[in-house]
Amino acid sequence: MSEPKKVQGDLVLSHITKSFADFTAVDDLSLTIPKGSFFALLGPSGCGKTTTLRMIAGLEEPTSGKISIGDTDITYTKPYDRPVNTVFQSYALFPHLTIFENVAFGLRRRGIKDVDAAVEKVLGLVELAHLKNRKPGQLSGGQQQRIALARAVVNRPALLLLDEPLGALDLKLRRQMQIELKWIQTEVGITFVHVTHDQEEAMTMADTVAVMNNGKIEQLGSPADLYESPKTVFVANFLGQSNFIDGVVESTDGSNVVANIQGTRITFPKSRKNASGSALKVGIRPEKFRLHDPGDNTHGNVLAGGKITDISFTGVSTQYLVEMPWKQELVVFEQNDGGAPDLVKGDPVTLSWEPQFTFALDGASK
Amino acid sequence: MTRWLSKNLIRIYAGLAIVYILLPIFYTIAFSFNDADKRNIVWRGFTTDAWLNPCEPIGICEALGNSFKVGLTATFFATILGTMIAFALGRYNFKGRSTTNLLIFLPMATPEVVLGASLLSMFINMGVGAGLMTVIIAHIMFCISFVVVTVKARVASLDPKLEEAARDLYANEWETFRRVTLPLVAPGIAAAALLSFSLSFDDFIITNFNSGSVNTFPEYVWTASLRGVPPQANVIGTVMFIVALAAVFAGQVVGKRKGKK
Amino acid sequence: MAIAHVSAPDAPIAPEKKSKKFAYILLAPGLLWLLIFFAFPLINLAETSTKTPAPTFETGEFVQTFRFMNFLDAFVDNQEQFYRSFIYALLATLLALAIAYPLAYAMAFRAGAWKNFLLIMVIAPFFTSFLLRTLAWKQILGAEGPVVSTLQFIGLMSPDGTITATAFSVIMGLTYNFLPFMTLPIYASLDRIDYRLLEASGDLYANGATTFRRVTLPLSMPGVVAGTLLTFIPASGDYINAQLLGNPDNYMIGNVINSRFFRVVDYPTAASLSFLLMATILIVVVIYIRRAGTDELV
Repeated sequence: MSEPKKVQGDLVLSHITKSFADFTAVDDLSLTIPKGSFFALLGPSGCGKTTTLRMIAGLEEPTSGKISIGDTDITYTKPYDRPVNTVFQSYALFPHLTIFENVAFGLRRRGIKDVDAAVEKVLGLVELAHLKNRKPGQLSGGQQQRIALARAVVNRPALLLLDEPLGALDLKLRRQMQIELKWIQTEVGITFVHVTHDQEEAMTMADTVAVMNNGKIEQLGSPADLYESPKTVFVANFLGQSNFIDGVVESTDGSNVVANIQGTRITFPKSRKNASGSALKVGIRPEKFRLHDPGDNTHGNVLAGGKITDISFTGVSTQYLVEMPWKQELVVFEQNDGGAPDLVKGDPVTLSWEPQFTFALDGASK
Repeated sequence: MTRWLSKNLIRIYAGLAIVYILLPIFYTIAFSFNDADKRNIVWRGFTTDAWLNPCEPIGICEALGNSFKVGLTATFFATILGTMIAFALGRYNFKGRSTTNLLIFLPMATPEVVLGASLLSMFINMGVGAGLMTVIIAHIMFCISFVVVTVKARVASLDPKLEEAARDLYANEWETFRRVTLPLVAPGIAAAALLSFSLSFDDFIITNFNSGSVNTFPEYVWTASLRGVPPQANVIGTVMFIVALAAVFAGQVVGKRKGKK
Repeated sequence: MAIAHVSAPDAPIAPEKKSKKFAYILLAPGLLWLLIFFAFPLINLAETSTKTPAPTFETGEFVQTFRFMNFLDAFVDNQEQFYRSFIYALLATLLALAIAYPLAYAMAFRAGAWKNFLLIMVIAPFFTSFLLRTLAWKQILGAEGPVVSTLQFIGLMSPDGTITATAFSVIMGLTYNFLPFMTLPIYASLDRIDYRLLEASGDLYANGATTFRRVTLPLSMPGVVAGTLLTFIPASGDYINAQLLGNPDNYMIGNVINSRFFRVVDYPTAASLSFLLMATILIVVVIYIRRAGTDELV
């Protein structure tokens, strides 16, 4: 019987490294997750996010570094002694126990005799009280996912870890669960740490997102921050899509930077530049571009001489591929609200965008 | 017509094969009701004598009792030892894995004559008399491999995430084993125990080498075959068959129920 | 909050290493048992195989003289039984394959609702006394049994003809006793074949026979290999069928070993024969596996 000490506070990872014989999964990672927040660890497969989560849960041990909740060091504490619970990607519901016993499992192990009230309450939270006597094999994927969540939440841990919990659900169900999870988190007030490779999911649900790549955190911030002001090419390409045009800094006047991209002069606020040196990769999100017939009145930065090479209708928007004079194809999204001109393949176009949406990164970055 | 034949030829064949398999069993059952003379080879008339007096022939029930003693003891120990090995093989990465696999596999590939003879040879050299003890030792030896193979399959198919989930939910190593691992592996262990018991109960060659003057049921039948096997032996054989049928049938039903959810 | 680098003080043993030690604890009792009661006796038997009768000529007394000629002597003296054992075992294996494969195929693909019933019918007899079943065959095929009576009545057999006490009935007994060992692995292999593969084969212009030859048969090979090994190996060492259903002309090497041990009390010869038997089996198995190309043994 294990009763984890009543621990409170922010989760702090300090210089955590996890290396195996032939590679390093997590590389000197430091992170503070404020108590009560909904935090997402976002990144592609193999970036180390799941390993990090497992170290927080105690299912793996860091090679070096320290993990603590508030004042309590839990780096080497066993998982059953930590006030941390996990919702597994495959749900990991115990097939030989009923739903009720699954949810009650953690409570019983902690020596709590009277589990009925707590279990009923949390089953009501996920609206599955009527299934309490069934076995996991009799439930659908979505129902299993909610039971896995209930089983973790009922223990009122200091920290709830979610390992890509929505991966196996179909789109509609996933969207629904995203909203429900967010709601439950606000209701219950527990710190949620959500690991996912789905950037839309991370941005929808989390207060703060950390983008991981190759065992390190590339950028950490609110979803809006990460999206509008990516600091690396990786982050810019991982969250949504980006167009990158090579260019050089010409001059800086006051609070603006003047740059030359492929022969066209543009300006943007100095705060949008994240580069030392004069070589730049200038980034513009596809939805920030506006399409014009050549010769029309334009506003902001302008790139002329484009030619439509492809048009895709995606319902909410139309995606255009525009070939520029320097042979680069740019991606443009126009919302289907009647604002864009009637264009067909081969038509000449001019692009424009508002300078404050530009983000400029180091010219040499990959 | 040829269409029907080609489709059903194989079914007919299978039916014949099943009849072939069951023929000696029916014979055994039938002749348990024979009003037999000493040899019980020719049908002389229907009677339930043998069924009503199963222990009449001298030594038959004693032999049966010995078979049970040996079977249950050997099964008990072989199941425990074999399950432990199966867990080690299925869960842990350790040096000497291939040697272990070889040591487990070899007894199953060695002819029973050799197994029996070598063991008896050793007992003789050590001055240990053959008897109940040596039979049990021998049976444990050859049953372990079968237990390992049966349980290992089950252990390997166990989702390690379930044990992680248990530990995440405040169960320490022992509680995890007791409340998650063991219940899920139990069907495999039960199957292994059943297999082990039936292998032990029906064994003749190894038993014959190592039992000395003690008789098990197969040994009784063997000795009796020289002068005439009493119908009571058929009675026991029939009961064995019915029990086996019931056990296999029950296994199917339970398996179906669990799978059907 | 200070994020100073703190190294683990007196870190507990990493769980991975701890687990390895535990594995050895789990392995020890069982492996020890096998070492003492399987491996050591075999080594002991090897040692016995090179002994010779003691100078005192007392029954059962032998001295170690490292006489490796024992093996050659044993082989030469019992060549007939050796060859016979392997021929009988081979014939029994082939017969069992001929019976088992169609049966397994029918169970896997053509049984429908009867599948479980068939499976039970194949497995259940395996758990009943094989001695009784073999004796039943002796009865069925015996001089006073229905088969001989019918054949004599029809005129296909002479009045003093027998089926028992012949090579035929020994091989028949061997085939029968090991049939489940052949059937079940083949059935398991066939059952695992995804039916959609057969449908795809049909979609790609293969008729029934071709589909069988090119898809089903190759996919069932692991089961066939397992089944033939599980049949051949014990069959070659058997002596019960030969003793119950044959006459001394049909005796196999198992009978010789048994009699050398108990009746003649010639331990070195019995030991040499045992190792020769095992060695031959091993060679046959290795060659077979190399050619059949699978290694799903355990």
